[in-house]
Amino acid sequence: MASITRLEKLEILADAAKYDASCSSSGSTRRDSRGGKGMGSSEGMGICHAYTPDGRCISLLKVLMTNVCMFDCRFCVNRSSSNVRRARFTPEELATLTTDFYKRNYIEGLFLSSGIIRSPDYTMEQLVGTARILRHRLDFRGYIHLKTIPDADPELIAEAGRLADRVSINVELPTREGLAKFAPEKDDKRIKSTMAVTRARIAQWKDERKKFKSTPRFAPAGQSTQMIVGADGSKDVQILRSSADLYGSYQLKRVYYSAFSPIPDASKDLPPIRPPLMREHRIYQADWLWRFYGFGLDDLSHSMENGMLPLDIDPKLAWALNRRAAFPVDVNKAPKEILLRVPGLGIGSVGKILSARRHTRLRLEHVGRLCRNIKKIRPFIEAADWRPTALTDRADLRDLLAPPAKQLSLAL
Amino acid sequence: MRIVHIGHETDFSGWRDHARALLGAGIRPEDVVWRVCTEEADLFDVMTRDTGTAPKAKITVPRAFLTDAQMAVCHRDPARFDLLYRLLWRSQDMPGLLANSVDEDVHTLHKLTKAIRRDRHKMHAFVRFREVKGEAEETFVAWFEPEHRITELAAPFFMRRFSNMRWSILTPDCCAHWDRETLTYSEGTTAAQAPDGDELEDLWRGYFRSIFNPARLKVKAMTSEMPKKYWKNLPEADLIEPLIASARALETQMVSAAPTPVKREASYEFSDPCATPADALDTLRREAAGCTLCDHACHATQTVFGEGPADTPLMIVGEQPGDTEDITGRPFTGPAGAVFDEALAGAGLSRDALYLTNAVKHFRFIPKGKTRLHRTPGTAHIDHCRRWLKAERSWIKPRLTLAMGATAIRALHGKTLSVTGAREGFSCFDGGLAFAGLHPAAVLRQTVPEERERAYHTLVSDLARVRQRLEAKENTPA
Repeated sequence: MASITRLEKLEILADAAKYDASCSSSGSTRRDSRGGKGMGSSEGMGICHAYTPDGRCISLLKVLMTNVCMFDCRFCVNRSSSNVRRARFTPEELATLTTDFYKRNYIEGLFLSSGIIRSPDYTMEQLVGTARILRHRLDFRGYIHLKTIPDADPELIAEAGRLADRVSINVELPTREGLAKFAPEKDDKRIKSTMAVTRARIAQWKDERKKFKSTPRFAPAGQSTQMIVGADGSKDVQILRSSADLYGSYQLKRVYYSAFSPIPDASKDLPPIRPPLMREHRIYQADWLWRFYGFGLDDLSHSMENGMLPLDIDPKLAWALNRRAAFPVDVNKAPKEILLRVPGLGIGSVGKILSARRHTRLRLEHVGRLCRNIKKIRPFIEAADWRPTALTDRADLRDLLAPPAKQLSLAL
Repeated sequence: MRIVHIGHETDFSGWRDHARALLGAGIRPEDVVWRVCTEEADLFDVMTRDTGTAPKAKITVPRAFLTDAQMAVCHRDPARFDLLYRLLWRSQDMPGLLANSVDEDVHTLHKLTKAIRRDRHKMHAFVRFREVKGEAEETFVAWFEPEHRITELAAPFFMRRFSNMRWSILTPDCCAHWDRETLTYSEGTTAAQAPDGDELEDLWRGYFRSIFNPARLKVKAMTSEMPKKYWKNLPEADLIEPLIASARALETQMVSAAPTPVKREASYEFSDPCATPADALDTLRREAAGCTLCDHACHATQTVFGEGPADTPLMIVGEQPGDTEDITGRPFTGPAGAVFDEALAGAGLSRDALYLTNAVKHFRFIPKGKTRLHRTPGTAHIDHCRRWLKAERSWIKPRLTLAMGATAIRALHGKTLSVTGAREGFSCFDGGLAFAGLHPAAVLRQTVPEERERAYHTLVSDLARVRQRLEAKENTPA
């Protein structure tokens, strides 16, 4: 075989990694390169260095070490039965590439994953080896996100946690049945056990850090996971329950949802569909409502139809339309948790309302200054100069607030 | 009307000195015109700074306002100095003014600082260094055009990040230079002063092309975060149009391409025949790991099977694993486990000498934020899980069993009995003798210290009674 250039390898292995949605580089320990010999910093806030036309950001150099894989997960472009071109980076090559990119300010760091080759331990050792070169030899202080391989030696996972800012392992599908069907070599119990080990290690680090400042850090940006939406028959309600379990059980920082996207050389078991991007978006919104807005799973499932969130309006508006009796709420009096339930009011706007109303009796125009779209909020609030009266209860309120239906483009 | 001249466009300290003096002299914002000196000569027409007139009253300004003002002066809005002085003036009589974000001036200030923060963030993100060839030391130079005059606000970030690298960032307003020791600034310049390329850019563009997924085209999401105004200095930006143009075709090709047949089906192997009770328990443990009889099994991490020697005379049965047990995979390792261990020691028993298990072997919970709330197992779960308890008991054959709590009693007896009633003994489904006792979690549930103390003593005495019975039984011939 003809020799393969660095560019070709990068193209193959980045292409193989793009189905992983996570690219976050935030929430780690603060540090910089002063007093060291290498480069890199992390200042809490993540930075997106570029955006591709799919609207996703490039924060980290997201590549696979290799796209050769023993497993045959149906939804995955790298499965053993796929005919894609294969390549492999050595840990040395990856470390050099990372610092070359970093020096030019292209990236915040490295997100390294891999197909499973030889054995879980061997694969994990290669990932950890790359991080070792970066951290120990090159004194790289940027962000590192490592995938952990299920069933790898706990000692390797522990080392990964000490070197990386974040570790993750993908649950892939929301239900165990889906996983058994589409990823027969993966086992949800083993994935969850690996997460459990990581949660216990993080907790141990946080605990020991209180006593000894020198305790080596362990994945300070926490762990995350990803679920594919739309590959199996799971309903939104199942997806949200699964992620609620994951947040609660393993204290995950994030569950990423990735609309199942057609891949080159797809398996015949999978639906040849366009990715359900709107569905993915609604699930993210529901996830936010659950994590930051005090919504329960019951609240969310109540506005679902047949286990699915409405696609034309956001889940908070759907909830509010089903709960007209709870509205309007008075922006000058209502407590924070009630304001958070008003469609169109986000955490930021609610914070500003709470602090501004100590100084002024808020009028509708004031609320308009603090939020993005007052028209959407108006039916649900009362202000000093505003009562929605019959508007809140109008039967066609949904149509008034939903974005106009678009003619579908027929040319595919 | 007073005309006040500020040294340069981002002269925060100049503004502050003037503002202090004007405020001290009681000059109203509407009577002041703020101007930036553009020429050296201007300095001579300038009315001397009012620093001579000492402030009459003490001027108080919240620290947050100074931070905001420092940012706002970097904005290109010509009215910024005027706005800041007006806010300063008004805040003297209205102490809470700056927290009132619906006030028009405060709202404008917030808009300015938000724009500056965003611009600074985008500068941190979109500066692209190019290596300067032929330098003895690795040297990098970038050309960047920020929307506002933020070079000095943004440069320290690069100093912290690349402190061991020589670099310069050139902009039309101001340039920043780092020589690995000091950060210096110079006059603005032109793009011609920066290198026009870097070998690595081909690799970077290759990465940009490959990481893009043509099936998820969302151009608006991209442009809202990476507005076109920044594109001209991004080496990857000229790929965007062609990528968008070819995306649909690629997607259609992927959707309509003939699928690859599935190569092979997976197979599972399980269970092996066993010889000793200890082997049998190991096998059971492995089999139970795959149990999915209850719906809640799929929400838990793992089956928490019993543990202890196979030849022990004493079995202790709890309710179900909790949050910690679900993570560790071992029974009684959480807070209730700690109470249990203490009470065991208090009763003179050793954990290593007994078999410890739960009536239900998967954690049942409701997720709540980043925690999980325990849910009591229902009778169906107890009934499902009895098969594992039965199997454990059939190999261990304990002489005595302690059932801690109502769930354990129900699992062992088949019907619900009260703990108090069953304390004196009841018979298990397999005819074995069992006694009931308090569950350690019941101790933790008591909020009043005295109540908690009392519950703890009950637990210890339940355990101690079992030990006495065990000893008495040992002494009586069978």
